[in-house]
Amino acid sequence: MFTQYKYWKPYISPYDPCPPIRVKSYSTPPNLYLHFQPPGLPQFKPKEALYHGTLWPVLFSPYPDPHKRGDLDE
Amino acid sequence: MSKTLPPEYYQLLEDIQAVDFVLVELTLYLDTHPNDYDAIEQFNYCAKESRTLKNHFEKQFGPLMQYGRSYSNYPWDWGQTPWPWQV
Amino acid sequence: MWYYEKKLQYPVKVRECNPMLAKFLIEQYGGADGELAAALRYLNQRYSIPDKVIGLLTDIGTEEFAHLEMIATMVYKLTKDATPDQLKEAGLGAHYANHDRALFYENAAGDPWTATYIQAKGDPIADLYEDIAAEEKARATYQWIINLSDDPELNDSLKFLREREVVHSQRFREAVEIIKEERDKKHFF
Repeated sequence: MFTQYKYWKPYISPYDPCPPIRVKSYSTPPNLYLHFQPPGLPQFKPKEALYHGTLWPVLFSPYPDPHKRGDLDE
Repeated sequence: MSKTLPPEYYQLLEDIQAVDFVLVELTLYLDTHPNDYDAIEQFNYCAKESRTLKNHFEKQFGPLMQYGRSYSNYPWDWGQTPWPWQV
Repeated sequence: MWYYEKKLQYPVKVRECNPMLAKFLIEQYGGADGELAAALRYLNQRYSIPDKVIGLLTDIGTEEFAHLEMIATMVYKLTKDATPDQLKEAGLGAHYANHDRALFYENAAGDPWTATYIQAKGDPIADLYEDIAAEEKARATYQWIINLSDDPELNDSLKFLREREVVHSQRFREAVEIIKEERDKKHFF
């Protein structure tokens, strides 16, 4: 299994002019980890597929990060 | 001159968009997985379902496809509003 | 041969009257990583790519035109009823001076679309990796536009378009595997 978001802590200088953003994140969607899609994966129903943007739940990438606390970054 | 569309227009359109979306996803998948028999079966089934829904839609709301891939009513109604970005 | 179907791929809805978003959305209409660039890039590459991948390039290229139409729809809905003053306030004054409410193939900064946004090296690995990169860049651009927008209905459409980029990226990665011709050899993932 993989996580959809990765987090890192940028270096913060005491001379930085603006209040620092302490944690930044980036998206790591399923296409990075799936390799060649195997046949027979579970599917959404047609309307669910349309509203998710893909037929296969395994390929779904939520945005924004569902784990984000408040508006820390990006 | 604007016409009001019945709720059925939006519901039918949504049904068509949903099945056509499955067809797009299966098409891209089959482009890289040409030997997936089950996917091809599902594709052809959905293709038929899409045609049925569109025949129903077109009877009430006019042609969806150009250049003879849909039939025309009289007078020629291909150019009737609403166009998709106006809906 | 191309046919047009008189429906959007996805039901685009815009809840709030906020023409300022149109200025940002246009980045995906006429910008470097936008839908026009994507459509033209893939449809052009398919003339020289190995046969087994032509179908994929044709189909994704065609889908990108459907996405272009969705962006146009959003911009249309956000600007069609705006007054010149509202457009000016939204940062679209320069655009209006030239185009009124017509859309144009330009990016958010107003730079016109150019073929320098796309490439066709004739080498399938180079072309497919450019395509993967294009999809990742488009995905990121949708993220930034979603961040700029508070309109939940507009964001549904943008999230759809972002997810399409993820799926396209997946297919192009698979195309690379097909081109590598290692598929029939034993591999364990």
